[in-house]
Amino acid sequence: MSPKLVPIPSKNMIPERDIDKPPVLECINLGITFGGLKAVEDLNLAIGKTEIVGLIGPNGAGKTTVFNLLTKVYQPTSGAILLNGQDTHNMDTIHINRAGIARTFQNIRLFSNLTVEENVKIGMDSQMHYNMFSGLFRLPGYWKEEKATHQKALELLSIFNMADLANARAGSLPYGAQRRLEIVRALATNPCLLLLDEPAAGMNPSETAELMENIRKIRDTFQIAILLIEHDMNLVMNICEGICVLNFGKVIAKGTPEEIQANPAVIEAYLGKKREA
Amino acid sequence: MMTFLNFLISGISLGSIYAIIALGYTMVYGIAKMLNFAHGDVIMVGAYICFYAISRFELPPVVGVVLAIAVCTVLGIVIERLAYKPLRSAPSLAVLITAIGVSYFLQNAALLLWSPNPKVFPSVVGDGKVELFDGKLTVSHVTIVTITACVIIMIVLTLFTETTKIGKAMRACSEDKGAAQLMGINVNATISITFAIGSGLAAIAGALLCSAYPTLIPTTGSMPGIKAFTAAVFGGIGSIPGALLGGLLLGVIEIFAKAYISTQLSDAVVFAVLIIVLLVKPAGLLGKQIREKV
Amino acid sequence: MKNIKWSKTTRKNFLTYGLVILAYVVMQILGGAGLVSSSLKGMLVPICAYVVMAVSLNLTVGVMGELSLGHAGFMSVGAFCGTSTAIILQDSISSAPLRLAISLVVAAIFAAIAGFLIGIPVLRLRGDYLAIVTLAFGEIIKSVFNNLYLGVDSRGLHISLLSDRTNLGEGGKLIIGGPMGIGGIQKISTFTAGFVLIIITLVVVFNLVNSRAGRAIMAIRDNRIAAESVGVNVTKYKMMAFVISASLAGAAGALFAMNYSTFVANKFDFNTSILVLVFVVLGGQGNMLGSIIAAAALTILPEALREYADYRMLVYAIILILVMLATNNPKLKSWMDRLKSSHKKVKEVA
Repeated sequence: MSPKLVPIPSKNMIPERDIDKPPVLECINLGITFGGLKAVEDLNLAIGKTEIVGLIGPNGAGKTTVFNLLTKVYQPTSGAILLNGQDTHNMDTIHINRAGIARTFQNIRLFSNLTVEENVKIGMDSQMHYNMFSGLFRLPGYWKEEKATHQKALELLSIFNMADLANARAGSLPYGAQRRLEIVRALATNPCLLLLDEPAAGMNPSETAELMENIRKIRDTFQIAILLIEHDMNLVMNICEGICVLNFGKVIAKGTPEEIQANPAVIEAYLGKKREA
Repeated sequence: MMTFLNFLISGISLGSIYAIIALGYTMVYGIAKMLNFAHGDVIMVGAYICFYAISRFELPPVVGVVLAIAVCTVLGIVIERLAYKPLRSAPSLAVLITAIGVSYFLQNAALLLWSPNPKVFPSVVGDGKVELFDGKLTVSHVTIVTITACVIIMIVLTLFTETTKIGKAMRACSEDKGAAQLMGINVNATISITFAIGSGLAAIAGALLCSAYPTLIPTTGSMPGIKAFTAAVFGGIGSIPGALLGGLLLGVIEIFAKAYISTQLSDAVVFAVLIIVLLVKPAGLLGKQIREKV
Repeated sequence: MKNIKWSKTTRKNFLTYGLVILAYVVMQILGGAGLVSSSLKGMLVPICAYVVMAVSLNLTVGVMGELSLGHAGFMSVGAFCGTSTAIILQDSISSAPLRLAISLVVAAIFAAIAGFLIGIPVLRLRGDYLAIVTLAFGEIIKSVFNNLYLGVDSRGLHISLLSDRTNLGEGGKLIIGGPMGIGGIQKISTFTAGFVLIIITLVVVFNLVNSRAGRAIMAIRDNRIAAESVGVNVTKYKMMAFVISASLAGAAGALFAMNYSTFVANKFDFNTSILVLVFVVLGGQGNMLGSIIAAAALTILPEALREYADYRMLVYAIILILVMLATNNPKLKSWMDRLKSSHKKVKEVA
């Protein structure tokens, strides 16, 4: 039995507009060890209701592991994750998603043999209500809900101007479109916190610029928080309000983009220690 | 006590045969990632070759076994070249169905060549037996030879895969074929050799199996084949010590189930144990659990 | 309701229904005109049963993406439970079609229960390990029915395992006789019943696949981790597919069994499971029409090869291998794809 932890008000750097609301996510001393290796250690992080936060760090720093902890792909070996003030220690991946965390994957994981629209509809599955028999016998509930889902899927796809691709096979889409579809699918689960794992990977500068616009647009339209892992510093510094830097599983810096850029520990982590002459 | 020991010995003997067959399954699975359902029928072919060599041409048993090994080795290579190699990049289910096709082919070819009438297989080691404890415990020569053969094969095979160049190539191929190829290993040749070894072992297993259970028909190999496959999974498919452990356990469980539970339900007991083991250890007793990286 | 734009899947589904109905009508007309040979006539019900088996296995293998090597086990459960029901009801329900319908429903229910119980352990495993465990369950079911004795007399049902200890009273009847199986069956399965069962199976499978459940099942097949990450209840949906697949196989088993006067448990062994799997793979995974055609064609094929007598199974094996080699030949595949795409282009231009 892991001890139940009491939420503590963490000293954090939530943006002004969210300061009067409780944070959407709080990690308290979060950590995981894999056979003696501390992949993530003592992670403390709070994310405001509508904040865009960047999680950066060198390769192997444990960024994706943090995502896997937040979505319970791995169970944390220490610490707690509070989602909207609620302890999540007894939830699994499926429950976490239903409670409000949705994610994308670094190595794209689409349902590649299904159509684009079906991919989005699967994101909405946990919000649908008709049962197996309505489906088997095509009862009115089936038609009504399928129609509503179809409409909503197209609406979501139109955020990224992908509505005309609705009937294409997801696996046949170009790389950038696949990344965008993953975001749409995650949004379809109606999250309050969206985790994006390297959303700009493999995109060219103009696609990246468009992606930045879209990430802001998603935050503004849906009023949700976004935590993203990204190596494109231009993107991170431009759209993130808060940045958390990981190295060897530990937080080495937290702050605004300006503060991070000036932080000597961060520079050292990325470029190595300046040799004393 | 003596009956218990008797059952244990016959269990180990049967298990040794399963282990030898399971080795063929496991090595092929490890390297080609395919379930070679035709393996059981190679056993049958080996047994027939051995039978004809000994009974019809009156060759000495050792020559018969060697001949069977030679024929099965060639057969294994031919099957791999003709039926499996063209499917190297095909979905695994297509390969599985092809293997089943090969199995049907071998069974029906045997039916035409050697007729469905059962043959009485002459034991390759004679009918002698050793009596211990004033005749309370009898161990037949077949049993002794079977167990010894299994032990020798295990040792030789382990040394082969651990120390020789080809053995190392086999292990490399089973880890990562692409990387092995980049390191200059001839992947196709390595797979052929694996099939050759597996089929040669099947011939030995066929001779031993029919020496212990002398009725030989074209479907003789099917059930032992499935059981040995189960044994390979039981021990952790792809693992050589796993095949030995799985085979022995399966043989002992089967004999004990026959003796103490019910003859008719012994197969059900064997499979039930397999299911329980896989639920506790989803990759078999000695198998490695591979976690998908997210 | 004007200008309905049917999706590609909907069109294909209706094509499947249409062809099945057409085949039924044609066979009825030919049969009425006395143009159907007696050997083919005798095969109609088995063909229907194998079609249902193939479609139901395709739900597991093609749609859910898990290899099952023990599908005949569910067929066996259905055959034994359904036939026993029909024998028990023989005196109380005189209408044969009604008795058959009730028996098929009972068979489907029992097979569904078996599917659920087996699904609990099986669906926790993955890939080849899952496959071997389904094989194991198939063998266990076979062994159990080979040693099961069921009798009925005025005091009710009596069941015993291993040996006949049913101790039936006067006028009692032994229904399942261990390795002797079930004998004295009234052959109440008909081609029409088989046709109805195929249509029901298609409705169930198509409607399932095109509902949220089917989408979720295919999503799990394509990427389980992603499916979990968007809140899809993986266990529930896999179980749903597995149980439906099992229950349809159960109904097929009962239909199949009541076409004969006697059958034994060994009829539904590993080889039967493999036979059905061959239908599915040759017809194309997830392709129900393909399964239907493959099941019908391959049930007739050995019969059609009868003139080759001893060589027919050998020929069957060679055809099987050659078809697998041909359909998976990369050169042939790319050639087919080019043919398809050029065909499409012509259509677009026109």
